Order: sequence, then structure tokens, then C-alpha cells
Amino acid sequence: MFKGGFIQNLPKIYGLYTGGFLVFILMMAIAEQAGVTAKTIGILFVAFTVAIYALIGYLSRTIQVDAYYLAGRQVPTVFNGMATAADWMSGASFVALAGGVYFGGYSYMAFLVGWTGGYVLVSTLLAPYLRKFGCYTVPDFIGTRYGGNGVRFCAVLVLVLASFTYVTAQINATGTIAARALGIPFEAGVWVGLVSILLCSMLGGMRAVTWTQVAQYIVLIVAYLIPVFWISNKIGAGVFPHLMLGDEVQRITDLESQFGLVKNSAADVKAAGVPGGLKSIAVAHAGVGAGGMAVWKYISLAICMMVGTASLPHILMRYFTTPSVKSARKSVAWSLFFIFLLYSSAPMLATLSKISLMDPNLPTGIIGKSIADVQSIEWVKQWSSQKQVFIADFNGDGILQLNEWFMRTGVVVLATPEVAGLPYVISGLVAAGGMAAAMSTADGLVLAISNALSHDVYYNMIDPKADVRKRLIVARVLLVVVGAAGAYIASMRITSILGAVAWAFDFAMSGLFFPLVLGVWWKRATREGAIAGMLSGLAAGTAYLIYVYPKFMGNPAWLGIDHLRFGLIGAPVCLVVMVVVSLMTKAPDAATQRMVDEVRVPSGKSILGRAH
Amino acid sequence: MSNKEKHWQKTKGHMIMTLCLWAFFSMVIFLFGYEINGMSFLGYPLAYYMTAQGSLLAFVIIIFWFANKQEKIDEEFGFGEKED
Repeated sequence: MFKGGFIQNLPKIYGLYTGGFLVFILMMAIAEQAGVTAKTIGILFVAFTVAIYALIGYLSRTIQVDAYYLAGRQVPTVFNGMATAADWMSGASFVALAGGVYFGGYSYMAFLVGWTGGYVLVSTLLAPYLRKFGCYTVPDFIGTRYGGNGVRFCAVLVLVLASFTYVTAQINATGTIAARALGIPFEAGVWVGLVSILLCSMLGGMRAVTWTQVAQYIVLIVAYLIPVFWISNKIGAGVFPHLMLGDEVQRITDLESQFGLVKNSAADVKAAGVPGGLKSIAVAHAGVGAGGMAVWKYISLAICMMVGTASLPHILMRYFTTPSVKSARKSVAWSLFFIFLLYSSAPMLATLSKISLMDPNLPTGIIGKSIADVQSIEWVKQWSSQKQVFIADFNGDGILQLNEWFMRTGVVVLATPEVAGLPYVISGLVAAGGMAAAMSTADGLVLAISNALSHDVYYNMIDPKADVRKRLIVARVLLVVVGAAGAYIASMRITSILGAVAWAFDFAMSGLFFPLVLGVWWKRATREGAIAGMLSGLAAGTAYLIYVYPKFMGNPAWLGIDHLRFGLIGAPVCLVVMVVVSLMTKAPDAATQRMVDEVRVPSGKSILGRAH
Repeated sequence: MSNKEKHWQKTKGHMIMTLCLWAFFSMVIFLFGYEINGMSFLGYPLAYYMTAQGSLLAFVIIIFWFANKQEKIDEEFGFGEKED
């Protein structure tokens, strides 16, 4: 059945895997009918999928440097696209994106545009050129293009800051999901999550992460799409929700004006004892705010996320693993296609979830019903006991108004199957999907950080004479250390202090975007310019973040640039400083200029060899 | 102008063209979000549709188009890669 090597058989292998996974879902559905408890099904879903990832991780073990760092540069275009999509879509994307759309409406959806539009920048400005360069890590490119350990170290600094901000949130998410599915305390869940992550990455580095990410993508996309299609068909909204929810969006808008969108005052919310982090529906589902500030808020957020996307090292490094420059380019397109499948479904899920809740004509509708009735519904009971949903009868009439219903954003994805009355097997599937999404991103991030530390700091700066065996041991030790540090911080539950996932994008765009882009597109860019640009961009961005973030200094935002958008301060500073300093210093030598020329054409050998 | 320079000239032009399309779908149409939301597409308000699905789909198409055309440019100047 399997002739030829592993790579030739990939479609068959993953086809079988997908089939096996679907059979597993069916078996669980049968088990549920046979009376197996919801809890056991949840455990089986998470345990089974994680065991598969660990097996893939073990089978992909390697003792070769180029396999560890670059998956041997033989990941086919489409599969690299799937791996990148899994790498990209975090636990937050999976669990919180639909919830964000649900509560934030149009202005939140700037994230959707930002987190997809960035890939146009990746494909036009960076991915093919970095692939031609042949670097192992992003700082490897900066260090070789500009020359010297100083500039390399600055790039490592930005990388670690951006990626670490991101990774604690991911380990946090794996912990939350593992804790819920396995019925263990959150702190233990975090360490279970960490062990799962390390099982996938430690023995095989990039190679193992690549093949587990493909497997994780398949699980997460199946887990996201099945509920969306199922609910849409169940409530008769349309066979293909993406094209057919126009009426439902219109109906929500009508219901909003019927019920009235009320923004509760902070004092009322506090007096009613609403647990922190829970929100009520107060923003129009499909309405657009008028005025210049609303436009600027939308576009500035989109810009930050797009430019940040094009500077995040754990995404860029995925394109180092393709066999050729043109496949790197195509691979970006496939990545975005696979991301699009989930992102375009998030607003549909939000629409379906909201209409299930709001429409009094649907059996699942709860708004306008008596509060006593609503509180006796099974899923409301269950999620209230975990402080994920809350009812506050502000006007004391015993009827649930739209502004009296509170939910945590993550509940929109996690509870929608139950809200819409789907069997529990779907909730188990969604838990497995969330776990896959959080694990795959955490894997990519931990690997990006530890590879930069092992290849750029240890091998290039500390011990350039180290042999392959020693390098790979150091790489793995660092992997464990970075993962453990992330898990430790996540287990202290201070991630809310560390701020939003958006910060990672702003840090990356402040320090890395222009040094990367100008490294390819501007031959005159010099080492001194790059160092000055990276440091001043990062410093300006961070200083502004401290200045504006409510938990730090909390000053009013300048021109609407709040803590989610501080990259808009950092990146321009980086650009200006980098250009000015570059022009003031001596132009790069002829060898560097030739290297840049060579990067600009796809044919020929890569600048850095397979093993370096 | 050498072959390499010509190739880079054309590559740059293609990059700028692609980024113009990108800017249109990521920023320009959302400058008029309020104005276009009265129009309807597939039954959705237009600005809602674009931010939920339309622009995302446009980006996918733009990148596939970009990659194909860039490959042709590379081959035209003899910088295409051998089959991998």
C-alpha cells in the first residue's frame, strides 16, 4: 500500500488519519447513545487525540541538524499550509474569536481582516526571500544579512519578548481545556498541557512539530466546522451557512431594536455581583459606527495586526521548511486558505449562537422568558456553577432582558453545541479542537524561542565549535526550559496582567518588521541602522505601552492609539531611526550587496547551506 | 540594465501592484464602512460581509494570483527553479 518514502505517501497517511478520526467521532456518538457519561467522552476525546500527536512526535525523532531546525526542507506546499494554519490559529482564535465577534460586532472584526491580510505582506515582502536565504531562525537572517552578533542578539531579544508574551496565553489555554476535560485542577492541567506540548516537539524539533501540526489542523477544523453546519441546518438557517445567513443577520438586527441594546453602567454590573470578565450584548451585530474615529479605530487595529503578522517569527520560520522558493510563496496562499476556512466561520458561528439565544420563535431562545425558567435549563445551570454565565435581574421584573444576560466570551464556542441542543459528543469534539489549536501554537512558539536561543545565542555566540550532538542536546534542554518557564507563569494565573495576545503583534512589528523588510528590499540598510532601529522601535513601543495601559500609568490614548495598537508608535520610530542611521553610516560592503542580489532571485543555491 | 536588474524591476512592480490590491481590500473599503453598510450582498449588509468574509476571501485570491504571476516573471528572466 505504501510505496516510496514518507513524503510521497503524505496524502494517503493523512487521508487515513482523517478517516480514522471521523470513525472515532462516530464511535463516541454510539458510546453516548449506549449510555457512556459525558465526562468519559470528554476524557477520551482529549486523551485519544493527544496520544496520536505524541506518537507522531515520537516517529519524527531525529538526530540531524537540518531536520531538527528545518524539517529537512522537504515539507510539501499544501501540507506546510496546513501546518502554518494550525501554528497560526491559537487557542484564543479557536475559543475566543467567535465570542469576540459576538460581543464586539463590526469593530472587533478588524481582527479578522488583520489576522488574514497580514499574509499578503508575508508572501510579497518576506517569505520567498527568507526561504532563499536558507536561515534556520529569523535572527539567523538578521545576523547574517547585517553581520555580527550584536544585531543578531537584538533580533533574539525582540523575538523572545514577542513570542513569550504569546506563549503563556497558549499554555494557559491548554491548561484550561485539559483541566475541564480531564476533571483536574487548573494548575495540574497546565503541566499536563506542557508535557503534551513537549512530547510533540522535543524529539524531532521542527520535523515533529510540522507533522503534528498537520494532524492538529485536521482535528481543529473538523471540530469547528461540524457544529457550524449542524446548527445552521438544525434551525433551518441554510445548508451552507457562509452564503445563507443574510436573513438571520437581519433578524438579529430587528430583535436588537425590539429588545433594545442597553449598555449597563459599571456600577450596576458591580452591584449585581456579575463575575469579572462576563459581558452582555451591547453592540449591534452588523451595524457600523459612524464618524472618523470609528473608521480610524478599525483601520489602525487592522494595520497593527497585519504588520504584526508579517513579523512574527514562529510564522515566518514555517516557510523555511519548503523545498523551494516558489513553493514557499504558494505555501503562504495555502496557509491563508486553510485559515480562511476557520476565520470566515467564526462570524457565522457567532450569528447562529446569538440567534439561538435571542429568537423567541426558536425553542432555544431565552431572552424574554421568565428568569426562573431559564435558570432551570441544564446548560445554564452547569455554566453558571462555573461562573461562565450569569443573570442579573436589574429591573426586578423576573423576565430576562437582553442586557441582563452575561456570558464569558469563550463560552460562545464551548457552550454553543449545548445551547443549540447538539449531542454531547460535539462538545467533546470541540474540546479536542480547542486543545489542538492551543497545543499547535504553543509548540510553534516554544520551538521558535528555543531555536533562537540554541542556534543564535548558544551556537553562534557562545560555542561555535560545538558538534551536532551537543547542539541538539542544548536545543532540547532549552526547549524544556522555555516550556517550563511558560507553564510556570501560566500556572500563577497572572496572564491577565501580561496583557492581550495583541501585544505580541505590536512587539514584533515594533522591533522586527522594518529590519526584516529593508534587509531584503533596501541594499543600503546597514548593521548600525538595524541595531538602532530595533532597539529604538522596541523602546518607543514599550514606553508608550506603559504610558497608556490602564494597569500601568493609564494615561489617555493619543489619537485613539491604545494599548492594543502600540505598534503604531514603535514601528514608525524603528523605520525612521533605521533609515537615518543607515544613511549616516558606511554602506554595506560589496559581499553583502552581492548576497542581497542573490536573495532576490529564486534560482541557485540558498545563501546558508542545509547544515550550518 | 542587466538581466538581474530587469527581473528585480518587474518583481518590484508586481509587488507594488499586489500591495495596492491588498490596501484596497484591507483599508480603503473600510474607510467607507458606514456608507456601504446600507448596500446588501448575499443578503448581508455590505461592510459586515466584507469584514466577515469578503476581504478574507479577496486576500486568499490575491496571494494565489501573486504567486502564479511571480513564477512567470522568474521564468521569463531565466531565474525559475528546477522542478523540486
